[in-house]
Amino acid sequence: MTTNYGDTLIKVQNLHKIFGELHALNGISEEIHKGEVVVIVGPSGSGKSTFLRSLNLLEEPSRGQVIFEGEDITDKKVDINKHRQKMGMVFQHFNLFPHKTILQNITLAPVKLLKKSREEAERRATELLRLVGLEEKAHAYPSQLSGGQKQRIAIVRSLAMDPEVMLFDEPTSALDPEMVGEVLELMKKLARDGMTMVVVTHEMGFAKEVATRIIFMDEGQIKEQAKPSEFFENPKDERLKEFLSKIL
Amino acid sequence: MFQEWQDKFVNNFITDDRWKYIADGLVTTLQVTFFAVIIGIVLGFLVAVVRSTYDKTGKLGILNALCKLYLTVIRGTPVVVQLLIIYFVIFGSARDISKVAVAVMAFGFNSGAYVAEIFRSGIMSVDSGQFEAGRSLGFNYVQTMRYIIMPQAFKNVLPALCNEFIVLLKETSVSGYIALQDLTKGGDIIRSRTYDALMPLLAVAVIYLTMVIIFTKLVNILERRLRSSDH
Repeated sequence: MTTNYGDTLIKVQNLHKIFGELHALNGISEEIHKGEVVVIVGPSGSGKSTFLRSLNLLEEPSRGQVIFEGEDITDKKVDINKHRQKMGMVFQHFNLFPHKTILQNITLAPVKLLKKSREEAERRATELLRLVGLEEKAHAYPSQLSGGQKQRIAIVRSLAMDPEVMLFDEPTSALDPEMVGEVLELMKKLARDGMTMVVVTHEMGFAKEVATRIIFMDEGQIKEQAKPSEFFENPKDERLKEFLSKIL
Repeated sequence: MFQEWQDKFVNNFITDDRWKYIADGLVTTLQVTFFAVIIGIVLGFLVAVVRSTYDKTGKLGILNALCKLYLTVIRGTPVVVQLLIIYFVIFGSARDISKVAVAVMAFGFNSGAYVAEIFRSGIMSVDSGQFEAGRSLGFNYVQTMRYIIMPQAFKNVLPALCNEFIVLLKETSVSGYIALQDLTKGGDIIRSRTYDALMPLLAVAVIYLTMVIIFTKLVNILERRLRSSDH
Protein backbone atom coordinates (compact mmCIF):
# COMPACT_ATOMS: atom_id res chain seq x y z
CA MET A 1 0.00 0.00 0.00
CA THR A 2 2.69 2.48 1.02
CA THR A 3 4.79 3.42 -1.94
CA ASN A 4 6.52 6.38 -3.55
CA TYR A 5 8.12 7.54 -0.33
CA GLY A 6 11.52 7.21 1.25
CA ASP A 7 12.86 4.41 3.40
CA THR A 8 10.80 2.83 6.11
CA LEU A 9 11.16 4.90 9.26
CA ILE A 10 8.85 3.08 11.60
CA LYS A 11 7.67 -0.47 11.14
CA VAL A 12 5.03 -1.90 13.41
CA GLN A 13 4.54 -5.64 13.58
CA ASN A 14 1.47 -7.32 15.00
CA LEU A 15 0.99 -4.79 17.78
CA HIS A 16 -1.35 -5.59 20.65
CA LYS A 17 -2.23 -3.53 23.67
CA ILE A 18 -4.45 -4.86 26.40
CA PHE A 19 -5.75 -2.72 29.28
CA GLY A 20 -7.34 -5.20 31.68
CA GLU A 21 -10.46 -6.34 29.82
CA LEU A 22 -10.00 -3.94 26.93
CA HIS A 23 -8.18 -4.99 23.81
CA ALA A 24 -7.19 -1.47 22.72
CA LEU A 25 -4.90 -2.56 19.89
CA ASN A 26 -5.68 -5.80 18.17
CA GLY A 27 -2.83 -6.86 15.93
CA ILE A 28 -1.66 -3.83 13.98
CA SER A 29 1.03 -4.06 11.33
CA GLU A 30 1.98 -0.88 9.55
CA GLU A 31 4.86 1.07 8.10
CA ILE A 32 5.61 4.77 8.19
CA HIS A 33 7.97 5.99 5.48
CA LYS A 34 10.18 9.04 5.44
CA GLY A 35 8.36 12.13 4.22
CA GLU A 36 4.88 10.72 4.70
CA VAL A 37 2.11 12.58 6.44
CA VAL A 38 -0.10 9.86 7.84
CA VAL A 39 -3.37 10.95 9.38
CA ILE A 40 -5.17 8.52 11.65
CA VAL A 41 -8.90 8.94 12.13
CA GLY A 42 -11.56 6.89 13.82
CA PRO A 43 -14.30 7.00 16.44
CA SER A 44 -13.29 7.58 20.05
CA GLY A 45 -12.11 4.39 21.71
CA SER A 46 -10.91 3.01 18.39
CA GLY A 47 -7.32 2.84 19.66
CA LYS A 48 -5.87 5.57 17.46
CA SER A 49 -4.24 7.48 20.32
CA THR A 50 -3.00 4.26 21.87
CA PHE A 51 -1.46 3.32 18.53
CA LEU A 52 0.26 6.67 18.23
CA ARG A 53 1.55 6.50 21.79
CA SER A 54 2.88 3.03 21.14
CA LEU A 55 5.14 4.34 18.41
CA ASN A 56 7.42 6.02 20.96
CA LEU A 57 6.52 3.52 23.67
CA LEU A 58 4.76 6.00 25.93
CA GLU A 59 2.30 3.13 25.85
CA GLU A 60 4.14 -0.14 26.24
CA PRO A 61 2.74 -2.70 23.81
CA SER A 62 1.48 -5.93 25.31
CA ARG A 63 2.73 -7.85 22.28
CA GLY A 64 4.38 -7.09 18.95
CA GLN A 65 7.29 -4.96 17.82
CA VAL A 66 7.96 -1.35 16.94
CA ILE A 67 10.99 -1.01 14.71
CA PHE A 68 12.39 2.50 14.44
CA GLU A 69 15.21 3.14 11.97
CA GLY A 70 15.82 -0.57 11.76
CA GLU A 71 16.05 -1.16 15.49
CA ASP A 72 13.47 -2.99 17.56
CA ILE A 73 12.74 -0.42 20.27
CA THR A 74 10.41 -2.77 22.14
CA ASP A 75 13.50 -4.78 23.02
CA LYS A 76 14.21 -4.18 26.73
CA LYS A 77 17.94 -3.85 26.04
CA VAL A 78 17.44 -0.85 23.78
CA ASP A 79 17.89 2.61 25.29
CA ILE A 80 14.44 3.98 24.47
CA ASN A 81 15.41 7.49 25.59
CA LYS A 82 17.91 7.80 22.75
CA HIS A 83 15.22 6.91 20.22
CA ARG A 84 12.59 9.16 21.76
CA GLN A 85 14.91 12.12 21.15
CA LYS A 86 14.29 11.57 17.45
CA MET A 87 10.52 11.18 17.77
CA GLY A 88 8.90 14.47 18.62
CA MET A 89 5.51 14.30 20.27
CA VAL A 90 2.78 16.91 20.51
CA PHE A 91 -0.05 16.40 22.98
CA GLN A 92 -3.67 17.42 23.12
CA HIS A 93 -3.05 19.43 26.29
CA PHE A 94 0.27 20.92 25.18
CA ASN A 95 2.08 19.87 28.36
CA LEU A 96 4.41 22.81 28.38
CA PHE A 97 6.50 23.07 31.55
CA PRO A 98 4.72 25.77 33.58
CA HIS A 99 7.71 26.54 35.79
CA LYS A 100 9.94 27.42 32.85
CA THR A 101 9.88 30.29 30.39
CA ILE A 102 9.13 29.61 26.73
CA LEU A 103 12.82 29.78 25.89
CA GLN A 104 13.66 27.38 28.72
CA ASN A 105 10.90 25.02 27.60
CA ILE A 106 12.51 24.85 24.18
CA THR A 107 16.16 24.68 25.21
CA LEU A 108 15.88 22.28 28.16
CA ALA A 109 16.12 19.05 26.17
CA PRO A 110 18.71 20.21 23.59
CA VAL A 111 21.00 21.44 26.37
CA LYS A 112 20.60 18.48 28.72
CA LEU A 113 20.26 15.67 26.18
CA LEU A 114 22.01 16.81 23.00
CA LYS A 115 24.68 18.57 25.08
CA LYS A 116 24.32 21.74 23.06
CA SER A 117 25.75 24.90 24.57
CA ARG A 118 23.19 27.28 25.99
CA GLU A 119 24.01 29.89 23.33
CA GLU A 120 23.64 27.43 20.51
CA ALA A 121 20.36 26.07 21.86
CA GLU A 122 18.99 29.56 22.35
CA ARG A 123 20.01 30.62 18.87
CA ARG A 124 18.16 27.65 17.41
CA ALA A 125 15.16 28.29 19.69
CA THR A 126 14.98 31.92 18.60
CA GLU A 127 15.13 30.82 14.98
CA LEU A 128 12.22 28.44 15.54
CA LEU A 129 10.27 31.03 17.49
CA ARG A 130 10.67 33.39 14.56
CA LEU A 131 9.36 30.67 12.28
CA VAL A 132 6.13 30.50 14.28
CA GLY A 133 5.99 34.26 14.89
CA LEU A 134 6.31 34.07 18.65
CA GLU A 135 9.80 35.41 19.25
CA GLU A 136 8.51 38.17 21.52
CA LYS A 137 7.19 35.46 23.88
CA ALA A 138 10.63 33.99 24.56
CA HIS A 139 10.69 35.17 28.16
CA ALA A 140 7.02 34.72 28.93
CA TYR A 141 5.67 31.78 30.91
CA PRO A 142 3.24 29.28 29.38
CA SER A 143 0.37 30.57 31.53
CA GLN A 144 0.62 33.92 29.71
CA LEU A 145 -0.04 32.33 26.32
CA SER A 146 -3.27 31.47 24.51
CA GLY A 147 -4.03 27.85 23.71
CA GLY A 148 -3.00 28.21 20.10
CA GLN A 149 0.26 29.85 21.09
CA LYS A 150 0.93 27.13 23.63
CA GLN A 151 0.48 24.43 21.04
CA ARG A 152 2.76 26.17 18.56
CA ILE A 153 5.41 26.40 21.29
CA ALA A 154 4.90 22.72 22.08
CA ILE A 155 5.56 21.95 18.42
CA VAL A 156 8.66 24.15 18.48
CA ARG A 157 9.87 22.39 21.62
CA SER A 158 9.77 19.09 19.75
CA LEU A 159 11.35 20.57 16.63
CA ALA A 160 14.29 21.86 18.67
CA MET A 161 15.42 18.24 19.04
CA ASP A 162 15.59 17.90 15.23
CA PRO A 163 13.38 14.81 15.21
CA GLU A 164 13.08 12.33 12.36
CA VAL A 165 9.34 12.09 12.86
CA MET A 166 6.67 14.10 14.64
CA LEU A 167 3.75 12.42 16.40
CA PHE A 168 0.64 14.55 16.96
CA ASP A 169 -1.98 13.33 19.41
CA GLU A 170 -5.15 15.33 18.69
CA PRO A 171 -3.19 18.59 18.65
CA THR A 172 -6.21 20.84 18.10
CA SER A 173 -8.87 19.07 20.17
CA ALA A 174 -8.35 21.21 23.27
CA LEU A 175 -8.28 24.52 21.40
CA ASP A 176 -10.92 27.18 20.99
CA PRO A 177 -12.23 27.03 17.42
CA GLU A 178 -10.60 30.31 16.37
CA MET A 179 -7.19 28.99 17.41
CA VAL A 180 -7.30 25.75 15.48
CA GLY A 181 -6.27 27.44 12.26
CA GLU A 182 -2.93 28.80 13.44
CA VAL A 183 -1.85 25.38 14.68
CA LEU A 184 -2.96 23.61 11.51
CA GLU A 185 -1.12 26.23 9.43
CA LEU A 186 2.10 25.44 11.26
CA MET A 187 1.57 21.72 10.77
CA LYS A 188 0.98 22.29 7.07
CA LYS A 189 4.21 24.23 6.89
CA LEU A 190 6.06 21.33 8.51
CA ALA A 191 4.49 18.91 6.07
CA ARG A 192 5.51 21.05 3.10
CA ASP A 193 9.07 21.13 4.44
CA GLY A 194 9.15 17.36 4.26
CA MET A 195 8.74 16.43 7.93
CA THR A 196 7.52 12.89 8.48
CA MET A 197 4.33 13.17 10.48
CA VAL A 198 1.82 10.87 12.10
CA VAL A 199 -1.28 12.77 13.15
CA VAL A 200 -4.29 11.65 15.13
CA THR A 201 -6.98 14.23 14.52
CA HIS A 202 -10.63 14.96 13.87
CA GLU A 203 -9.76 17.76 11.43
CA MET A 204 -10.96 16.25 8.16
CA GLY A 205 -10.06 19.37 6.21
CA PHE A 206 -6.47 18.99 7.30
CA ALA A 207 -6.51 15.28 6.41
CA LYS A 208 -7.90 16.00 2.97
CA GLU A 209 -5.44 18.74 2.22
CA VAL A 210 -2.20 17.58 3.79
CA ALA A 211 -2.26 13.82 4.34
CA THR A 212 -0.39 11.57 1.97
CA ARG A 213 -2.34 8.69 3.44
CA ILE A 214 -5.28 8.35 5.78
CA ILE A 215 -5.76 5.41 8.12
CA PHE A 216 -9.15 4.53 9.55
CA MET A 217 -9.10 2.66 12.83
CA ASP A 218 -11.89 0.94 14.66
CA GLU A 219 -11.93 -1.59 17.49
CA GLY A 220 -8.16 -1.57 17.74
CA GLN A 221 -7.61 -2.46 14.12
CA ILE A 222 -6.83 -0.69 10.88
CA LYS A 223 -10.01 -1.09 8.87
CA GLU A 224 -9.05 0.87 5.82
CA GLN A 225 -6.39 3.16 4.45
CA ALA A 226 -6.10 5.16 1.27
CA LYS A 227 -4.99 8.40 -0.32
CA PRO A 228 -7.26 11.29 0.76
CA SER A 229 -9.29 11.49 -2.46
CA GLU A 230 -9.93 7.76 -2.49
CA PHE A 231 -10.57 7.72 1.25
CA PHE A 232 -13.31 10.34 1.20
CA GLU A 233 -14.86 9.64 -2.20
CA ASN A 234 -14.75 5.93 -2.37
CA PRO A 235 -14.72 4.37 1.11
CA LYS A 236 -15.16 0.60 1.18
CA ASP A 237 -15.38 -0.41 4.80
CA GLU A 238 -18.93 -0.24 6.22
CA ARG A 239 -17.82 1.29 9.51
CA LEU A 240 -15.86 3.92 7.63
CA LYS A 241 -18.87 4.81 5.48
CA GLU A 242 -20.93 5.23 8.60
CA PHE A 243 -18.18 7.25 10.28
CA LEU A 244 -17.81 9.57 7.31
CA SER A 245 -21.53 10.10 7.00
CA LYS A 246 -21.60 11.30 10.60
CA ILE A 247 -18.73 13.72 10.46
CA LEU A 248 -18.91 15.17 6.96
CA MET B 1 1.12 48.45 89.99
CA PHE B 2 4.01 49.33 87.74
CA GLN B 3 6.41 48.79 90.62
CA GLU B 4 4.94 45.35 91.21
CA TRP B 5 5.47 44.31 87.59
CA GLN B 6 8.97 45.67 87.60
CA ASP B 7 9.83 43.66 90.72
CA LYS B 8 8.38 40.56 89.14
CA PHE B 9 10.35 41.11 85.97
CA VAL B 10 13.59 41.57 87.89
CA ASN B 11 12.87 38.52 90.02
CA ASN B 12 12.05 36.31 87.02
CA PHE B 13 14.70 37.36 84.53
CA ILE B 14 17.45 39.45 86.15
CA THR B 15 18.12 37.89 89.56
CA ASP B 16 20.71 35.09 89.35
CA ASP B 17 20.89 35.73 85.57
CA ARG B 18 17.67 33.76 85.16
CA TRP B 19 17.18 35.08 81.62
CA LYS B 20 19.95 32.68 80.66
CA TYR B 21 17.53 29.75 81.11
CA ILE B 22 15.42 31.29 78.38
CA ALA B 23 18.34 32.30 76.16
CA ASP B 24 20.15 28.96 76.44
CA GLY B 25 16.85 27.15 76.03
CA LEU B 26 16.14 29.10 72.86
CA VAL B 27 19.51 28.15 71.41
CA THR B 28 18.83 24.50 72.19
CA THR B 29 15.36 24.66 70.66
CA LEU B 30 16.74 26.24 67.50
CA GLN B 31 19.54 23.68 67.29
CA VAL B 32 17.16 20.75 67.67
CA THR B 33 14.68 22.21 65.18
CA PHE B 34 17.32 23.09 62.60
CA PHE B 35 18.96 19.68 62.48
CA ALA B 36 15.66 17.84 62.81
CA VAL B 37 14.33 19.79 59.82
CA ILE B 38 17.36 18.75 57.76
CA ILE B 39 16.97 15.10 58.73
CA GLY B 40 13.23 15.37 58.08
CA ILE B 41 13.68 16.82 54.60
CA VAL B 42 16.38 14.37 53.53
CA LEU B 43 14.56 11.36 54.94
CA GLY B 44 11.16 12.56 53.75
CA PHE B 45 12.48 13.24 50.28
CA LEU B 46 14.06 9.79 49.97
CA VAL B 47 10.95 8.03 51.24
CA ALA B 48 8.76 10.08 48.89
CA VAL B 49 10.97 9.20 45.92
CA VAL B 50 10.85 5.50 46.75
CA ARG B 51 7.09 5.58 47.28
CA SER B 52 6.24 7.50 44.12
CA THR B 53 8.68 5.51 42.00
CA TYR B 54 6.91 2.39 43.21
CA ASP B 55 3.52 3.93 42.45
CA LYS B 56 4.57 4.99 38.96
CA THR B 57 6.76 2.10 37.81
CA GLY B 58 6.17 -0.78 40.23
CA LYS B 59 9.89 -0.93 41.00
CA LEU B 60 11.57 -0.81 44.45
CA GLY B 61 8.91 -3.06 46.04
CA ILE B 62 10.96 -4.09 49.09
CA LEU B 63 12.11 -0.55 49.86
CA ASN B 64 8.55 0.64 49.42
CA ALA B 65 7.32 -1.90 51.98
CA LEU B 66 9.96 -0.72 54.45
CA CYS B 67 8.95 2.89 53.88
CA LYS B 68 5.32 2.05 54.48
CA LEU B 69 6.21 0.33 57.73
CA TYR B 70 8.20 3.40 58.81
CA LEU B 71 5.31 5.72 57.97
CA THR B 72 2.76 3.58 59.78
CA VAL B 73 4.80 3.25 62.97
CA ILE B 74 5.90 6.88 63.16
CA ARG B 75 2.53 8.36 62.33
CA GLY B 76 0.71 5.88 64.55
CA THR B 77 2.56 6.69 67.79
CA PRO B 78 2.97 9.94 69.76
CA VAL B 79 6.20 11.85 69.30
CA VAL B 80 6.80 11.94 73.06
CA VAL B 81 6.74 8.14 73.18
CA GLN B 82 9.17 8.02 70.25
CA LEU B 83 11.46 10.47 72.04
CA LEU B 84 11.34 8.42 75.27
CA ILE B 85 11.98 5.14 73.42
CA ILE B 86 14.98 6.54 71.58
CA TYR B 87 16.45 7.99 74.76
CA PHE B 88 15.65 5.31 77.33
CA VAL B 89 15.51 2.16 75.19
CA ILE B 90 17.68 2.54 72.10
CA PHE B 91 20.34 4.61 73.85
CA GLY B 92 19.37 3.30 77.29
CA SER B 93 22.82 1.88 78.01
CA ALA B 94 24.69 4.85 76.52
CA ARG B 95 24.21 7.31 79.38
CA ASP B 96 26.71 9.80 78.00
CA ILE B 97 24.82 10.38 74.72
CA SER B 98 24.02 14.02 74.04
CA LYS B 99 20.39 14.80 74.72
CA VAL B 100 20.38 17.28 71.87
CA ALA B 101 21.46 14.50 69.50
CA VAL B 102 18.68 12.25 70.78
CA ALA B 103 16.11 14.99 70.35
CA VAL B 104 17.37 15.76 66.84
CA MET B 105 17.06 12.09 65.91
CA ALA B 106 13.62 11.68 67.42
CA PHE B 107 12.12 14.81 65.89
CA GLY B 108 13.96 14.28 62.59
CA PHE B 109 12.68 10.73 62.18
CA ASN B 110 9.24 11.85 63.22
CA SER B 111 9.12 14.79 60.85
CA GLY B 112 10.52 12.68 57.98
CA ALA B 113 7.34 10.63 57.94
CA TYR B 114 5.13 13.67 57.55
CA VAL B 115 7.45 15.36 55.06
CA ALA B 116 7.49 12.16 53.00
CA GLU B 117 3.74 12.21 52.58
CA ILE B 118 3.79 15.92 51.81
CA PHE B 119 6.41 15.43 49.11
CA ARG B 120 4.60 12.41 47.73
CA SER B 121 1.32 14.26 47.44
CA GLY B 122 3.26 17.03 45.70
CA ILE B 123 4.77 14.64 43.18
CA MET B 124 1.38 13.04 42.56
CA SER B 125 -0.26 16.44 42.12
CA VAL B 126 1.86 17.24 39.05
CA ASP B 127 -0.16 16.43 35.95
CA SER B 128 0.85 13.14 34.33
CA GLY B 129 1.12 14.97 31.01
CA GLN B 130 4.23 16.69 32.38
CA PHE B 131 5.83 13.33 32.94
CA GLU B 132 4.88 12.17 29.45
CA ALA B 133 6.18 15.34 27.87
CA GLY B 134 9.51 14.87 29.60
CA ARG B 135 9.79 11.22 28.63
CA SER B 136 8.73 11.91 25.04
CA LEU B 137 11.58 14.42 24.66
CA GLY B 138 14.00 11.66 25.62
CA PHE B 139 14.57 12.35 29.32
CA ASN B 140 14.90 9.23 31.42
CA TYR B 141 12.90 8.68 34.61
CA VAL B 142 15.42 10.36 36.91
CA GLN B 143 15.99 13.36 34.63
CA THR B 144 12.25 13.85 34.19
CA MET B 145 11.82 13.81 37.97
CA ARG B 146 14.71 16.22 38.49
CA TYR B 147 14.11 18.81 35.80
CA ILE B 148 10.35 18.70 35.39
CA ILE B 149 8.41 17.04 38.21
CA MET B 150 10.32 17.98 41.38
CA PRO B 151 10.50 21.75 40.80
CA GLN B 152 6.74 21.83 40.32
CA ALA B 153 6.07 19.44 43.19
CA PHE B 154 8.22 21.52 45.53
CA LYS B 155 6.32 24.64 44.64
CA ASN B 156 2.99 22.91 45.20
CA VAL B 157 3.90 21.63 48.65
CA LEU B 158 5.73 24.67 49.99
CA PRO B 159 2.82 25.85 52.17
CA ALA B 160 2.30 22.37 53.61
CA LEU B 161 6.03 21.99 54.17
CA CYS B 162 6.19 25.32 55.96
CA ASN B 163 3.34 24.23 58.17
CA GLU B 164 5.18 21.02 59.03
CA PHE B 165 8.25 22.99 60.14
CA ILE B 166 6.15 25.24 62.34
CA VAL B 167 4.62 22.15 63.90
CA LEU B 168 8.09 20.69 64.37
CA LEU B 169 9.42 23.84 66.03
CA LYS B 170 6.58 23.78 68.52
CA GLU B 171 6.73 20.02 69.00
CA THR B 172 10.30 20.24 70.29
CA SER B 173 8.77 21.77 73.41
CA VAL B 174 8.28 18.24 74.75
CA SER B 175 12.05 17.78 74.90
CA GLY B 176 11.77 18.35 78.64
CA TYR B 177 10.61 14.72 78.91
CA ILE B 178 14.23 13.64 78.54
CA ALA B 179 15.35 16.56 80.73
CA LEU B 180 16.73 18.48 77.79
CA GLN B 181 16.69 22.19 78.67
CA ASP B 182 14.99 23.68 75.66
CA LEU B 183 13.07 26.94 75.60
CA THR B 184 9.95 25.54 77.28
CA LYS B 185 11.92 23.72 79.95
CA GLY B 186 13.95 26.91 80.56
CA GLY B 187 10.81 28.90 81.26
CA ASP B 188 9.50 26.12 83.44
CA ILE B 189 12.69 26.08 85.51
CA ILE B 190 12.29 29.79 86.21
CA ARG B 191 8.69 29.14 87.26
CA SER B 192 9.88 26.50 89.72
CA ARG B 193 12.41 28.92 91.22
CA THR B 194 10.21 32.02 91.49
CA TYR B 195 6.78 30.39 91.92
CA ASP B 196 5.56 32.89 89.32
CA ALA B 197 4.02 31.12 86.34
CA LEU B 198 2.73 34.05 84.32
CA MET B 199 5.87 35.90 83.35
CA PRO B 200 8.30 33.17 82.35
CA LEU B 201 5.68 31.16 80.50
CA LEU B 202 4.33 34.25 78.77
CA ALA B 203 7.88 35.09 77.69
CA VAL B 204 8.30 31.56 76.30
CA ALA B 205 5.02 31.79 74.43
CA VAL B 206 5.89 35.17 72.94
CA ILE B 207 9.26 33.87 71.73
CA TYR B 208 7.64 30.86 70.00
CA LEU B 209 5.02 33.10 68.46
CA THR B 210 7.62 35.55 67.17
CA MET B 211 9.66 32.77 65.58
CA VAL B 212 6.61 31.32 63.89
CA ILE B 213 5.55 34.73 62.55
CA ILE B 214 9.03 35.46 61.18
CA PHE B 215 9.25 32.03 59.58
CA THR B 216 5.83 32.37 58.00
CA LYS B 217 6.81 35.75 56.54
CA LEU B 218 10.00 34.32 55.05
CA VAL B 219 8.11 31.47 53.44
CA ASN B 220 5.53 33.89 52.05
CA ILE B 221 8.30 35.82 50.33
CA LEU B 222 9.79 32.62 48.91
CA GLU B 223 6.36 31.47 47.77
CA ARG B 224 5.69 34.71 45.97
CA ARG B 225 8.99 34.43 44.17
CA LEU B 226 8.27 30.86 43.10
CA ARG B 227 4.84 31.87 41.93
CA SER B 228 6.25 34.40 39.45
CA SER B 229 5.69 31.79 36.74
CA ASP B 230 1.92 31.58 37.07
CA HIS B 231 0.44 34.99 36.57
